[in-house]
Amino acid sequence: MDAIRTDALTKHYTVGFWRPRPYLALDGLTLQVGQGEVFGFLGPNGAGKTTTLKLLLQLIYPTSGRAEILGKPVGDTSVKRRIGYLPEQPYFYDYLTAQELLEYFAALFGYAPAERRARAAKLLDEVGIGAERRLQLRKFSKGMLQRVGIAQALINDPEVVFLDEPMSGLDPLGRREIRHLILRLRDRGCTVFFSSHVLADAEALCSRVAILVNGHLATAGKLSDILAFKIRGWELVVSDLTDGALQQAQRQGHVTGTTRLGESRYALELPLTPAPEQILAGLIAQGAQLVTLNPLRDTLEDVFVRQVSATSDLSASLGEGSRRMGPA
Amino acid sequence: MRVIRHVAVNVFKESVRDKVLYNLVVFAVLLISMSYLIGQLTAGQDMKIIKDLGLASISIFGLLIAIFIGIGLVWKEVERRSIYALLSKPMRRSELVLGKYCGLVLTLLINIAVMTIAFYALLAYINWVIDPAVRLSWPAPAVDPAMLKAIVLIVIELMLVTAIALFFSTFSSPFLSAILTIGIWVIGHFGADLRNFGGVVGSPVAAAVARGLYYVLPNFSAFDVKAQVVHGQAVPLGYVGLTSLYGLTYLALVLVGAVAIFSRRDFK
Repeated sequence: MDAIRTDALTKHYTVGFWRPRPYLALDGLTLQVGQGEVFGFLGPNGAGKTTTLKLLLQLIYPTSGRAEILGKPVGDTSVKRRIGYLPEQPYFYDYLTAQELLEYFAALFGYAPAERRARAAKLLDEVGIGAERRLQLRKFSKGMLQRVGIAQALINDPEVVFLDEPMSGLDPLGRREIRHLILRLRDRGCTVFFSSHVLADAEALCSRVAILVNGHLATAGKLSDILAFKIRGWELVVSDLTDGALQQAQRQGHVTGTTRLGESRYALELPLTPAPEQILAGLIAQGAQLVTLNPLRDTLEDVFVRQVSATSDLSASLGEGSRRMGPA
Repeated sequence: MRVIRHVAVNVFKESVRDKVLYNLVVFAVLLISMSYLIGQLTAGQDMKIIKDLGLASISIFGLLIAIFIGIGLVWKEVERRSIYALLSKPMRRSELVLGKYCGLVLTLLINIAVMTIAFYALLAYINWVIDPAVRLSWPAPAVDPAMLKAIVLIVIELMLVTAIALFFSTFSSPFLSAILTIGIWVIGHFGADLRNFGGVVGSPVAAAVARGLYYVLPNFSAFDVKAQVVHGQAVPLGYVGLTSLYGLTYLALVLVGAVAIFSRRDFK
């Protein structure tokens, strides 16, 4: 059984007051997320990530298609007992303290008062909220609210947790803590579905990712498959490289990029062909010393930029913008 | 029921922390200063005026709470996006609406209970200090249990107003909700006039519209028995019971409507 499954999930909004027309926020999203996976849901602003999360939480209803969580339709109260959700830029009741908010949410799950207190205290410890837990939330900074938001999403030990931009508003230390928290969730078998703009986080945490562009699923799969370990070139670091040797290599088209690291020490980007050994041999013959030679592989950022550009080009070639559905 | 209870307690906690109960202090000050001023009036008239103004104050203070908190109850959750985390918890949308409603009604009940106790305490004090000869001129005793009938109907009326404010708050802005709720409350107090509108206008269309409004909108004038109890006229228990039943049925229908709208809403 998949943790999350969507089948041709589609959402149109109506935009415009005088001339209402449908706007395609999500177009036929079909996706499966296995149990225990850390799944990264990526895309530029307005791609439909938050729309998808809201559909999965039934905060909005689909125009067509269906979605299931843990084998049951979304919105089923029994499913809600087993999931957690951190909304984007969360906001909570500012008249409650962090401890009270978590106890309130724990009460909605039916925990006894002592259990509510214990769960709230443990989670606030885990997300790094200390003595501030006795302050009203109106006095919390954005980063602290984000931590409280993460804590409330975990109040019921969820089997599946949805995190919408979990790193948003956090300082580098906070981001590292949340990364560790996500890995701990994974280790205890929790499925984590998170949307993010921060590709480095996705690359560090996710077993699989999906990239959404303009409401369409551009690509989805294992990170290792998407990046495919394709080598697109080589990075060669050499010392004692003379200007003459460098210019000769550049003239021959053997160097696609050059970064000077220090006195006669350079990082050179080499193409796939000819073989790097052949170029290196030429440079060594002119007195250069090898420091390092590493393959250059696609990063998630490269794949992301390529997918977004390709889809944007396609949309542009379709004319008016493929998301506006009504008459222009 | 558990979820409704927790949501209701949270609404009550919000109203306490947002200092809604401070209105009780204003009420107490108003009541004491008012009775002092009216004490200077003609003997015999002062008790009627104090009772009338006391009951009217309870009604107005309750109305202000019902409308101005009721219109923001759901809207604030949606506007500030706190509803996203809340609805991801194991609850139905109907439970959220009913919990919010019960929380505000709880706030109202506590407010009205405290105001009623303060009001009766003031009346008992006046009764104690006043010349016994003056008491004979009063149409009803100072500490008159019959006033509770008027207060029960005020409570039912305010519960209905709260339901209407909440209904509008499920789909419109607080400003519009306030205008619509106040509009319905005002029109509802002219129930008899609406029914008889046909007799004073020539236009059959206007008469039909007025009659339609009379049947569709709640008849708030039915809940107003303040004048009767102040003047010592009997208000039958049967009337109180039937009017309460009318109010409770009406508010149940309004809440069903609120739940139906809220359950279908997209929270973009």
